Amino acid sequence: MSELDLLYTDVENDLRRTVRDALRDRVTPSAVIAMYDGDRTVVEPLWKTIAQDLGLAGLLVPEAEGGLGASAREVATVCEELGRVVAPVPFLTSAVVATVAVIGSGHSVVADLATGGTTAALAVPFTTAPHGALPHLSATGGTVTGAVPNVAGALEADVLLVPVDESDGLAIYAVPVAGARINPVVSLDMSRQLADVVLEAAPGTRVRGDGEGSLRAALRTGAAMLASEQVGIASWCLATTVEYLRERRQFGRPVGSFQALKHRLADLYVSVESGTAAARYAAATLAVGDSDAEVATAVAASYCGNVAVTAAEEALQLHGGIGMTWEHPVHLYLKRAKTDQLAFGQPGEHRSRLAELVDLPVGSGEADGGSADGGPVAAPPGREIS
Amino acid sequence: MSPSTDDAVARLAEQVATFLANHDPMTTDRIEFLRARFDAGLAWVHFPVGRGGLGLPRELQPMVDAMFEEAGAPDNHPRVNVIGLGMAAPTLLAYGTEEQLDTYLRPLWTGEQIWCQLFSEPNAGSDLAAVATRAVRDGEDWVVDGQKVWTSSAQNAHLAILLARTDPSLPKHAGLTYFICDMTDPGIEVRPLRQITGEAEFNEVFLTGVRIPDSNRIGAVGEGWKVANATLNNERIAIGGGPVPRESGMVGVAAAAWRSNPARRRPDLHDRLMQLWVESEAARLTGQRLRQKLMAGQPGPEGSAMKLTFARLAQQLSGLELEVLGAEGLRYDDWTLRRPVEVDFLGRGPGYRYLRAKGNSIEGGTSEILRNIVAERVLGLPPEPRVDREIPFKELAK
Ligand SMILES: Cc1cc2nc3c(=O)[nH]c(=O)nc-3n(C[C@H](O)[C@H](O)[C@H](O)COP(=O)(O)OP(=O)(O)OC[C@H]3O[C@@H](n4cnc5c(N)ncnc54)[C@H](O)[C@@H]3O)c2cc1C
Repeated sequence: MSELDLLYTDVENDLRRTVRDALRDRVTPSAVIAMYDGDRTVVEPLWKTIAQDLGLAGLLVPEAEGGLGASAREVATVCEELGRVVAPVPFLTSAVVATVAVIGSGHSVVADLATGGTTAALAVPFTTAPHGALPHLSATGGTVTGAVPNVAGALEADVLLVPVDESDGLAIYAVPVAGARINPVVSLDMSRQLADVVLEAAPGTRVRGDGEGSLRAALRTGAAMLASEQVGIASWCLATTVEYLRERRQFGRPVGSFQALKHRLADLYVSVESGTAAARYAAATLAVGDSDAEVATAVAASYCGNVAVTAAEEALQLHGGIGMTWEHPVHLYLKRAKTDQLAFGQPGEHRSRLAELVDLPVGSGEADGGSADGGPVAAPPGREIS
Repeated sequence: MSPSTDDAVARLAEQVATFLANHDPMTTDRIEFLRARFDAGLAWVHFPVGRGGLGLPRELQPMVDAMFEEAGAPDNHPRVNVIGLGMAAPTLLAYGTEEQLDTYLRPLWTGEQIWCQLFSEPNAGSDLAAVATRAVRDGEDWVVDGQKVWTSSAQNAHLAILLARTDPSLPKHAGLTYFICDMTDPGIEVRPLRQITGEAEFNEVFLTGVRIPDSNRIGAVGEGWKVANATLNNERIAIGGGPVPRESGMVGVAAAAWRSNPARRRPDLHDRLMQLWVESEAARLTGQRLRQKLMAGQPGPEGSAMKLTFARLAQQLSGLELEVLGAEGLRYDDWTLRRPVEVDFLGRGPGYRYLRAKGNSIEGGTSEILRNIVAERVLGLPPEPRVDREIPFKELAK
């Protein structure tokens, strides 16, 4: 049995450097902070750089469909770098989640996405777990009707990819945003601002029938890649805090020489390392289509979601008063980390799914009927939102 | 892998196959087999030629081990000689003389000689540089007097690595020297030290007029701290070997308890089980990642981080196992004073596992000390203020 490589390849490291250089020049904390006051001017040029100039929008798209045919490993590396600067670009929502949902459909939207000329968003709530309830909208006569709250990436999108209920299952329709109502939501994380989407007989075209598998694969890839973004967030928080504590002096010593703080940072380092390993493994399994990908994703999603939040919370606390200020960027990371923890399924939802996958059933073997203490149960595929 | 390592892999595989063809594991005497394997350089392939190795990259070792295992070859009881294989061997390789390597490496590897570690003392645990056991030069020998404590396997050991003070007029880190000590010397008395599990896995060791020839000194006089650090770095890295399967170790035990006790499944326990399962899996992958990083290089301080994680998980999972078992967890398997040759977590009962796991965050450096190491050597945070750095050892408050 050969084990998957959990380190970064030379190609991935080159890619990381390229992305990092591009971001260094173009995204600053103050530009991201401005988004909380409604100034979104940083988004478009930055996204153009990432998607078109660097060509990263087509990373996951096979060459035959107009993309670069790279794998989840490279995408994960990009997500780490984007997380490290809380980049306000729809890479995850468009180039990863929306793209995976339509790859192989034969529809022209795939090639448009691959060039970065078109940006798409999957019309499902950002909180949807890969195994969770999906929205079901309805279509008649080439128009789609329904509403989906808390959609990530909709504000940047040209096209919405919408799950539509058809007699033989869930289809995916492409709906140009011109025909949709997209109501921005005042979001906890304004660097990935959400929107409520309302479609009233919006013109759309059918991209694929039998779309449930693709939708779930898209969400699973989203959850796995989000774990790498979370690793990027956590790494920044750790490195920045270590840096600060080495400089900051109180009681005649650098505060980083106080053991209570050193031990907290040592523990955080251990978690970030574990998170990196878990996220790398998830990316590696997706990259080669390994049968362990679903377990790997559930592990990474449930582990890394908490690591990023802990890292951001520790960073804030250990920066003292400065950490509470609007000027210091740590709040951007906290808001992104907390939001990410709720996205694509919370850690607990992933653990519930994992319990099924690895045969560790919840609850007692005796049917006690008491759902009150029946523990977390995976949400049945339902029709919650219409 | 690059084409050149592909070549190396093929050549090495052929070497192992030829060796196995010439030494049938079924008919060859166990020790003869192991000696021949050492002589063929197939013990530690990354060790030098003539020293049990072939000077090849460390990453080729798992393949060799797997081939021998598949052929049903005898192993060298790696769990009995943990200190010899994990600590004495790399220390010898780094600081030993040619003569010491000639004498000690082969019987160490074959398991003919078991090693123990005479480091800790009643007043020198975490603060290992505070050892007071004296070694005084007498002609070609050193004469050693003192007391060691918590020495695992001393009752079975033939040899020991020993840290002793050779110059108390120097500051504590400077006056130490490192020796190989013969455990059969008449001046050595080993007394079992019973521990919370009921058994006596470790001992007190009293050294009275123990004579150690100067040829058994490792490293220069006064350089013992440097040599000991090489040993400790290896101690903390003990994650070698090949891939570890999912659910191995304590998480597998806890998962098995869960699967076989449907009536005791409660949501609160399930929540903790799944959290620890995820953390164990992340730790397993972290170990894999670290191993991949270290294959070519030397163990770094990152190994301390792994030890921290494994100690915590072993403790939390063994505690959870008892809770899942409920009433059954109230029973203990055996309180008799035994002197085991190896720690047998999986062979003993859940109560034993719970109690013994408490030692995981103490033995080989406490979790507090390991956090200091991670913070200072990995993260580069400033050291604690040191009050004893410049003071001669004999003037320190004891
Ligand atoms: C099962 C087992 C097997 C062992 N086998 C061996 C062996 O084979 N050979 C051998 O030589 N030794 C062995 N030991 C000894 C072991 O290495 C020591 O027990 C250990 O290093 C701790 O030292 P101590 O017991 O003196 O604790 P102390 O050093 O007295 O520590 C007491 C407490 O203070 C904390 N502490 C100490 N210094 C600091 C600091 N600077 N910052 C923060 N906290 C601190 C410790 O973490 C601990 O919680 C073994 C121990 C165990 C439990």
